[in-house]
Amino acid sequence: MDRFRMIFQYFQSNSESVMNGICGLLALASVKMYTCFDFSCPCLPQYNMAYGLGIMLVPPIALFLCGLILNRQSLVMLEEWRRPQGRREKDLAVIRYMCSSIMQRAMVAPVVWIIVTLLDGKCLICAFSCSVDPEKFVGFANTSPVQVQQLLAKVPCKDDELMRNNTSRKAVSRYLRCWSQALGWSILLILIVAAFLTHWLRPCFNQATLLQARHWSNYIDIEQKIFEETCCEHSRLFAHKCILHFFESMQREIKLHSFSFPREGERAEGQEDLLQGITDQDQVNKLLETWYYDKPPLDISQEIQKL
Amino acid sequence: MDKFRMIFQFLQSNQESFMNGICGIMALASVQMYSAFDFNCPCLPRYNLAYGLGILLVPPFILFLLGFVLNNNVSVLVEEWRRPRGQRGKDPAVLRYMFCSMAQRAMIAPVVWVSVTLLDGKCITCAFCTSVPFETLGNASHPSLSQREMKKVLARIPCKDIYDGQELIANEVAIRYLRCISQALGWCFVLLMTMLAFLVRSLRPCFTQAAFLKSRYWSHYIDIERKLFDETCAEHARSFAKVCIQQFFEGMSTDVAAACCHPPRKAPADAGEPTEKLLGITDQGTMNTALKSWHRCKPPLHLHSPALPSGNGEEQPYVHPPVPRKEIAAYYSRV
Repeated sequence: MDRFRMIFQYFQSNSESVMNGICGLLALASVKMYTCFDFSCPCLPQYNMAYGLGIMLVPPIALFLCGLILNRQSLVMLEEWRRPQGRREKDLAVIRYMCSSIMQRAMVAPVVWIIVTLLDGKCLICAFSCSVDPEKFVGFANTSPVQVQQLLAKVPCKDDELMRNNTSRKAVSRYLRCWSQALGWSILLILIVAAFLTHWLRPCFNQATLLQARHWSNYIDIEQKIFEETCCEHSRLFAHKCILHFFESMQREIKLHSFSFPREGERAEGQEDLLQGITDQDQVNKLLETWYYDKPPLDISQEIQKL
Repeated sequence: MDKFRMIFQFLQSNQESFMNGICGIMALASVQMYSAFDFNCPCLPRYNLAYGLGILLVPPFILFLLGFVLNNNVSVLVEEWRRPRGQRGKDPAVLRYMFCSMAQRAMIAPVVWVSVTLLDGKCITCAFCTSVPFETLGNASHPSLSQREMKKVLARIPCKDIYDGQELIANEVAIRYLRCISQALGWCFVLLMTMLAFLVRSLRPCFTQAAFLKSRYWSHYIDIERKLFDETCAEHARSFAKVCIQQFFEGMSTDVAAACCHPPRKAPADAGEPTEKLLGITDQGTMNTALKSWHRCKPPLHLHSPALPSGNGEEQPYVHPPVPRKEIAAYYSRV
């Protein structure tokens, strides 16, 4: 029982750190996925923008949904939100608190992906190479519009035969990368300042409500865990009793039907010596067959009343 | 027993994280398999599509089946499905719950394989290189070739070293195009699967929570009951074997004593445990006879009741320690 309590305390204190750990792992996975992903811009006028922006925005959505799925608390929150009121009132502040903490954790991996993408620059170069003003760059200034579009579209592909030693290509590429990195760093700065302000200013507003909401959200989480634990323990004991009852009823049946030898030295009642009733290959076979063909009902109330 | 119970409870309570761990391992194994696999496009018109789509679709199917094979709960499900009704009703909701949870776990590795394949691009490039729109992507001035020749040339796009259609369409342009399409498909597939998983997980508390709690409890129960029954049978078999062998040795010693026309030597009351353990066999000849008899003529699987050990100081062959009486009113239920 003591050890049980220790494990529960572990869950209680570390529920938040478990979630933080998952959040961190997902962020690392996001970076790893980006580095493993082989970005290859199509270098075609109609496809560049779709590809570039797609790579920048679609994986973050998938990562956000992953963050919600992997977080156990989102299920707890949904259950609390959708449960019938019954005899326990629902506190919307608690649900809001849980929702906001889940969202914050789920947003980390997508934000990491977007920032890494912007700091790397390939996506923006691919997406916006056709939108650059060709007049600014010597190599593209004096060509027909259609050709300019074609050439600009090929800027992200360094190994293309037309672009291999083109200095204007490098100029466009550097220009776009500069914008991309500036955007990336700005977003990072804004997010960090926002997080900093939220943490510092939060105690100034509604600290009591916050403490209550946090306490009750923790409570709901633990209550659900303990309920699941208790159900497991209960089903184990139920199964134990059911099987004992089954063995005893087999014993009784065998006693009723066998006239072979009188039971000398009858054991005192209350002893759970299963061997005494079932001492024969045929009896064991009958027991196993009965277990398969005719499982006992899920009703051990008689067994409990005997105690 | 206490320690066993603690570990059991820990595993049960952490079954979700245990199962998630297994899913993660299978996903990693799937990625590793793909990177270890040496993809070799045949670069022939009719074979490309078959090879490319085959590599895209056949391994996921195998991985899905493997997911079921490696899951221990499959036999529990099938047993519950096929057993005769007897005195206990069958609940189809429980069977559905067990099947769904197994299928969800088995789907992870195939989905990872398909995603990695599409994001890598080699399969789609190989399968659809003959469908590249060379009118829009290709060079304007190209010698006109028959359809068959065109297909043969285009089929060699994935194999850069034997590609001879640079005037028709540049190799890099075609590969970039196909890879772009493949990666777009890949990310859309990933997004679709994630959305599906999210919907499945989040709609359940909104609609069927009560039924879900019941199904989960009873599916755990069936699993635990089977494990406990196996445990009980193993304990019973142990006790049975112990008593059977004891009776065999005692029978041997009585037989040999009867053959030698003197009563079996009874252990003196104060001789202690080692003498009792000898079971009446105290010389080489008797032991040899006992061993030969064990090999040639094993005793029947039938224990005689008078010979069952009774108060001779040995531990009784209990299956479980007596259940503490404190548990009277807390746990009973009807289904």
